[in-house]
Formats: sequence, C-alpha cells, structure tokens
Amino acid sequence: MSGNNQRLAVFPTRMALTTMKLRLKGAQTGHSLLKRKSEALTKRFRAILGKIDEAKRKMGKLMQGAAFSLAEVTYATGDISFAVQSAVRQAQLRVRTKQENVSGVMLPAFELYSEGGNAFELTGLGRGGQQIARAKDVYAKAVAQLVELASLQTAFVILDEVIKVTNRRVNAIEFVIIPRVENTIKYITSELDEMDREEFFRLKKVQGKKKRDRAADEAVRVARLEAEPEVEQHAASVLHDDEDADIIF
Amino acid sequence: MTSTAQYKDRNLIGIIGDEDSVTGLLLAGIGHIDAKQKKNFFVVDSKTSKQQLEEAFQDLLKRRDIAIILINQHVAETIRELIDEHTDAFPTILEIPSKDHPYDPSKDSVLKRVQRLFGSD
Repeated sequence: MSGNNQRLAVFPTRMALTTMKLRLKGAQTGHSLLKRKSEALTKRFRAILGKIDEAKRKMGKLMQGAAFSLAEVTYATGDISFAVQSAVRQAQLRVRTKQENVSGVMLPAFELYSEGGNAFELTGLGRGGQQIARAKDVYAKAVAQLVELASLQTAFVILDEVIKVTNRRVNAIEFVIIPRVENTIKYITSELDEMDREEFFRLKKVQGKKKRDRAADEAVRVARLEAEPEVEQHAASVLHDDEDADIIF
Repeated sequence: MTSTAQYKDRNLIGIIGDEDSVTGLLLAGIGHIDAKQKKNFFVVDSKTSKQQLEEAFQDLLKRRDIAIILINQHVAETIRELIDEHTDAFPTILEIPSKDHPYDPSKDSVLKRVQRLFGSD
C-alpha cells in the first residue's frame, strides 16, 4: 500500500509542473489542518471520558439511594409494582435532542422535559402518599442524572467515530497523496531537464554543422579568388532574392 | 453522521430491568404505552429466558421513538454480545446498577470500548 507510490499520469510540461506544485502545497496545508483538528478532538474526547467515569460512579450511589426510598415505600404501602405498571399511560418525562457544535462536530445533547399531567393522580396510591411522593422525587432526580450521563455517552460514541474518520484521512494524505504528488513533480522535473539537454545538444550539433559549412564555403571562395584574381565580385544586394541563412546564436 | 431525521422523534426513555428498578423509574414517570399497547419497559425476573431478553432488547432497539435505553447491569451481562454489537449513537444504552448488583465499571460495554482505544496509548 505505502510501497505503491506511483505518480499521476500527466504530460511533462511546465504548466503541469506548476499545477502539481500548487496541489502539493494544498495537500500539505490540508494535512496539517486535519491533524490539528484530530488532536483537538482527541483532547476533548479524553475530557469527556473523565467526566463519564466520574458520572457513572456518582450514578451508582444515586441509584442505591433511590432503591432505598423505594424499599421504604414498600414497607409503608406494600408492593406497589403492579399498580405502578398498570398505571402507565403516556410518558411524562421525555427527552429532547439538541445539536451542539463542539469543535466542528455536531454532538447531540439530551434535555429532559415534562409533558402532560401526573398519571398517578388517578391511581389508588393514596396510602403512604408521602413516601411515594418522596420516592418519586428521588427517582426523578436519578432520571435527570441518567439523562445527562446518556448525553455524555452519545457524545463520546460520536466523537469516537469522527476521530477515527479524521485520522484515516490524515494518514491517507500523509502516506498516499503527498508521496504521489511528489513523485509526479520529480518525474516532470526530470523529463523537462532531459528535454533541455536534448535541445542543447541539438543546438550544439547544428552550430557545429553550420560552422563546418561556412568554413568549407570560405575555403572554396579563397581558392576561386586565387585562381581568377581579375574577376569582379559583386556585392550582395538586399534586393536579390537570395535565401538568407537562419540566424543561430 | 447523525442526521436530524435520526433523532428528531426520539424522546422516550426505555428500561429493561428487575422489578424494583423498573417500578422506581416508572414512578418517576418515564413509562409509556402507545396506541398499539407497546410498552417501553420490560421487567426481568428469574424466570425470564435469554431469548425473551434478546427479543425485548431488539424490540426496543428497533423503535424509532426511543432515545435512551436503561438496562440493569446484571441483565446486560446476559446479553453482553448484543450490547457490544450495538455501536450506533442512537439509542444510547446506559447500564445502571440494581439493588443487589452494584455498579461495576469493568463490565460496562462503553467503558470497555474506551479501554480498547486507550490500551495502546
């Protein structure tokens, strides 16, 4: 996977080189940004973890207290479980889910709210009403705590997912995208250098040939001059239709 | 990720547990019975079979109006694999202690996932 550092398939032109360089810059910026995001999320993740741990322990104690108050009720009123279970109609305590934006991630938070009246008004739980009311309060508080805990837990699970995804992206950029673009840049640069060298070589060859040709012409002219010194030479005229040789520096 | 549609209608708290835990929490007012006589709570006693438990759990999971499922820890132990499998954000599964079984953090599914993550740190 990481040994497969191929390059992108492009024509080795100077424009492609510029494009690749820009892309490399973009990938590097993206990589550092994502890495920072991942670190921030991990920090928050650990903070939530600590809070969850503490909340769960507190909740243990709270539930014990609640169970005790229920035992008191049973002692005073007898077993109310059947009455309670059959009295269930619509839930009075419900939760609402809010989205909160936490360092770029939408995390849900649960909010407890009451809806509707008290269903137990109609039940025959009149005897020992005080104990029952007290137990109800204790349990209601316990539910509030539990709802908070649930919020923390959901946030935790979602953050976990997001961190994994972000880390995957960071690694993808670092080990696949950037090496690939770097290889492409190296390839284009080497091809351009090769083309330059070829051009230079060709130039030198043509210059050499031109020089040799000129030297040969010169020799012919000198020979002719020596053979027929009286013949007039006519100067080159711009009006003549002679072909001009290419100018090569 | 979490879309609004996923959790917009979830506003109930479900409960699977022993009689005392369920009674107490119902007393607080989280019990709900809908038009089709479906309850959001399930009482577990010594006669409940593992299969019944699994069915009740799956039923609560499938419902789209439940946001949190409370479950006694000793009951959760019985269907530990199902709970470990559940990795979605909704509904959240919260393990609570019961009168006879105090809370044991080492058995909690969510905390175990965390341990797995930070075991390498």
